[in-house]
Amino acid sequence: MVSGWVKALRIGNNGGMNIVVCVKQIPDPATPGALDSATNALKRDGKLILDESDGYGVEMALQLVTTAGSGEVSVVSMAPNGEMSGMRTALAMGAVKGVLVSDPALAGSDALTTAKVLAAAIQKMGPVDLIIGATESSDGYTGTVPEQIAELLGMPSITFAKKVEVSGTTLKVDRQSEAGYDEVECQLPALISVTAGVVEPRYPSFKGIMAAKSKPVETFTASDLGVTATGWAGAGQKIVSVTQAEARQAGEVVEDDGTAFEKIVTYLENLKVI
Amino acid sequence: MTINNIWVFAQANGDVPTTGTLELLAKARSIGASVTAFVGGDATAIAGALGEHGATKVYATGDLAGKLSGPAVSGAMKAVIDGGDMPNVIMFPQNYEGRDIMSRLSVKLDRTVLTNNTDIAESADGVIATTPIFGGNSLVATAFTGSGPHLVSFRPKSFVAESAGGAAAPVVAAPIPDLGIAGSAKVLAVHVEASSGPKLDEAAIVVSGGRGLGEAGKYTLVEELATLLKGAPGASRAIVDAGWVPYSYQVGQTGKVVKPTVYIAAGISGATQHMVGMKGSKNIIAINKDKEAPIFGVADLGIVGDVHKVLPQLIELLKSRG
Repeated sequence: MVSGWVKALRIGNNGGMNIVVCVKQIPDPATPGALDSATNALKRDGKLILDESDGYGVEMALQLVTTAGSGEVSVVSMAPNGEMSGMRTALAMGAVKGVLVSDPALAGSDALTTAKVLAAAIQKMGPVDLIIGATESSDGYTGTVPEQIAELLGMPSITFAKKVEVSGTTLKVDRQSEAGYDEVECQLPALISVTAGVVEPRYPSFKGIMAAKSKPVETFTASDLGVTATGWAGAGQKIVSVTQAEARQAGEVVEDDGTAFEKIVTYLENLKVI
Repeated sequence: MTINNIWVFAQANGDVPTTGTLELLAKARSIGASVTAFVGGDATAIAGALGEHGATKVYATGDLAGKLSGPAVSGAMKAVIDGGDMPNVIMFPQNYEGRDIMSRLSVKLDRTVLTNNTDIAESADGVIATTPIFGGNSLVATAFTGSGPHLVSFRPKSFVAESAGGAAAPVVAAPIPDLGIAGSAKVLAVHVEASSGPKLDEAAIVVSGGRGLGEAGKYTLVEELATLLKGAPGASRAIVDAGWVPYSYQVGQTGKVVKPTVYIAAGISGATQHMVGMKGSKNIIAINKDKEAPIFGVADLGIVGDVHKVLPQLIELLKSRG
């Protein structure tokens, strides 16, 4: 069923490079994060901004379309309360349209449900050559959604892309590895996740910001997409407790009495980085 | 639920299992009755070490032949599970391969994933994984609901690797099934980069220096500390503009945006343009003489002190630990 859709994409492709970027709208990292006291989930009720990690994907997409000579960049996002201010930033950068999935039933969804929602939304968006995501979001950093989307759509994927080239229908990526990088190749349509620094995201121009206000954003609910078992009930996980970390010295400011260096070492040990 | 059957996705560097693999095996055998290692590749050379560390069985896919491990290993795991060997828990390292495999497998099995954890335990609520949030300020314990296999990944150094003195584990073939288009990506070439340290925007630890260092020559303290922590050195715009270090070192709005596990700001006051580039770091340590410096507003650990004293002491202590 799914691979039939992928095949249909190839037939439906009109020659241009059509890219969908998955963008997450997150609480401003400049303000301290807080948990909802009832659900222990991250509070997302305020104004949301475009996750900085997704700026790289949007920029990458814009550059690939420019190189291809024709095609367009669309963005897809799942967010509460019909929130689209973060998505507008991507539209201001140059994406031509957006799809937003917003539904109270989705609150508390796990990464797999999020991937199912985004995959279903992407299938509604018409022919797609390339799907781009970030390696992980800046607020929840589960880091699995792009690869899950690829599996749901039966697509090849190359994660942790630090260099991306498309020639014809061939995608070539330098993929970050533990030891260095691997050169990986596959045919479009495909999915990539891009690392921070793969390209330098542009700042939206004033003209871009004004134009973004009138760019089309289609909205769906979970049931529009046929995704059931969503939200808290559908998540295969449940937060059972939130506790203060042991031996925690966070937010602490101390005057150096000659032993502050030992405090730093203890802190690093507690984080298991040394 | 009792964890009768626990799997660990096992990786190797050449003929030696990675430290991360041995860490996971140590934890696996402390919570699971039977531990199986699952290798994407050939396991002949490492079956001895995996057994010594607690695995009583090793599944091996055989040579991946240029396939990416995400679809290939998850496909092989699914085939073994469909064949009747049903693990309660599968542990993965929080790294490139581990993330890809668990993501693909979560879809194949329709099971949730819990990532970035530092601990796992059994309780009345079932299997619980713990992850630090808000820069390690709080620990969130999350229980898996529903049936297994529970897919869970762990940050490096979450557990201590320890030999169990076990015998070499028998290797059982777990062939890669036909993956279709989803598994069609091919690795054409593998590049090993000289290990002169990780790149600034990819490093798990970043040590940055600013004006507080006083003079260009003192930047070597920052570089030395970064090297000792296997991290990358960075800089504020002030010292880049002053010509102490190249632009490629700059962290901030007009430089690199970094969000490492740990960011150490040495002699940096915390101008907004700098903060934009590093406030996404999971943990922030700041050392600055001025206790009113804005950097302390975002620091998890702030040291009001002289970098010329604190950095050399810190370097000395880390060196002595080897």
